[in-house]
Amino acid sequence: MTKITIGQHYPTDSIIHHLDARVKLIGTIMYIVFLLFVNHYAGYGVAALFLTGIIALSKIPPRLIFRGLRMIVFILIFAAGINLFFTAGETVLFHFAFIRITLEGIMMASHMAMRLILLVMGSSILTLTTSPIQLTDGIESLLNPLKPIKVPAHDIAMLMTIALRYIPALAEEMEKIMKAQKARGADFDTGGLIKRIRSMLPILVPLFVSAFKRADELATAMEARCYRGDINRTKMKAMKMTRTEFIGMGVMICFGGLIFLTRLL
Amino acid sequence: MKAQTNRLNPQPNEGAEETSPYIIELRQISHIYNEDSVFEKRAIDNVSLKIKAGEMVALIGHTGSGKSTLIQHLNALLKPSSGMVLINGKDIHTDKAKLKSIRQRVGLVFQYPEHQLFEAEVFKDVAFGPNQMGLTEEEVNTRVKSALEVVGLDESCYHKSPFELSGGQKRRAAIAGVLAMRPEILILDEPTAGLDPRGRDEILSQIKHMHTKLGLTIILVSHSMDDAARLTDRILVMNKGCIICDGTPIEVFAQGEMLKNIGLDVPQISSLMTCLHEKNSNLPTGIFSVEAAADAIMKLVRP
Repeated sequence: MTKITIGQHYPTDSIIHHLDARVKLIGTIMYIVFLLFVNHYAGYGVAALFLTGIIALSKIPPRLIFRGLRMIVFILIFAAGINLFFTAGETVLFHFAFIRITLEGIMMASHMAMRLILLVMGSSILTLTTSPIQLTDGIESLLNPLKPIKVPAHDIAMLMTIALRYIPALAEEMEKIMKAQKARGADFDTGGLIKRIRSMLPILVPLFVSAFKRADELATAMEARCYRGDINRTKMKAMKMTRTEFIGMGVMICFGGLIFLTRLL
Repeated sequence: MKAQTNRLNPQPNEGAEETSPYIIELRQISHIYNEDSVFEKRAIDNVSLKIKAGEMVALIGHTGSGKSTLIQHLNALLKPSSGMVLINGKDIHTDKAKLKSIRQRVGLVFQYPEHQLFEAEVFKDVAFGPNQMGLTEEEVNTRVKSALEVVGLDESCYHKSPFELSGGQKRRAAIAGVLAMRPEILILDEPTAGLDPRGRDEILSQIKHMHTKLGLTIILVSHSMDDAARLTDRILVMNKGCIICDGTPIEVFAQGEMLKNIGLDVPQISSLMTCLHEKNSNLPTGIFSVEAAADAIMKLVRP
């Protein structure tokens, strides 16, 4: 329970890790959008090559990236299956009772599968190479231009940071409370669904009480230290656009261009 | 006095064949957190221990010495990585279905137990344990009432919300929640942490009462050498997952130097008496309460 990790940051020393979080955020969004435009196998080939390059640069063990795929295995099978069996097409390859597999169906299913796999692998690079703190900093900075229309960029980022910071603390608290209630004879492992949900009550009530108390204490402590949001606040690690960042953006644009070229094939 | 003993502990022992003279026995238990990973930590290292029924034992040690881990083995919240835990001479891990009855017989009060109160009323919260045991409503009510009486909460508190009580009252309500299950063994993890001196004295005198009047076997986990010396007749000292010292307060606190080395200390009054003893060798050492010290000094001044 205490081993909950949010995101899956894999700290190491690579050019992708050092890249500004904003570039990585925008780059990931661009990658996802371009992927949706692919309509030819060559496009997936380009994307796969591009991804391989990025993974090599990031020095992340590939098994970590494949591990992320385990979570979507079911979605993958489901989506591919639906496309395989229910795509209307002319070239029927296999027909038995109500099962009809067409060439178009196979094409659709393989497109879908490749798209999903590339999507998940690509976006996991963002969370693997960027610490949650950098990520929230990046989001804050990207939302900053929206401040004139009253988007509370700093507050959103601060909320995310605090939430991330307190997840391990809450997990620990929950484990403690569970043990204490078990010592009083509580039983969380047997009984039907309703009984199990009811048995969560002795955990949830104390957990909420302590969470509210903690939040209240934190707010008081922040006020006592004159926290006023981002007014006159500077960052210890200021984000800077250097040559690497511009090269990174350039690479992404080139990648987009290649993807659109494959559409012409 | 006798009647009260029976009231809180009516069932002598379900198994008459139990012959072990020890109510608790640990045989070479070790506990390793996160075994086979980089974070591997040996929290309990080959601990053997025997405790007789009706004993009152203090378990002291520095933060991280393994005290809390050790006591969670006694009611099967944790399973030892190796070794055996016996309650009344029986291995508690042989039958998984019996864990609930073990937890009822070995009452464990965690640190800051008031954090686990969850019901809207004190009475209902204390009734949680007995209700889980599947007792009749009448039986539950008698148990809850007698448990609340033992910890000194009167009827005016029964239907209050736990959050309306004072810190000391909350803690006593939480202790009552464990007592209401009528355990034979009561383990308290730092029951006085964070209380004011008055709340502390109240809780400690009630614990003493549970031991002498109700005949419970008590293990008191404490940081306070003074409390340990004053209340108990046997002290276990833990350091780095091992029990390094086991004896009467006099035996344990005679090793002041060793205790200091592992970040503990002797009771304040004992160090004062040691200083005075150096000035006047007629004064005895091995005194752990202010009252006893006053008596000894008075004897010397006015023989």
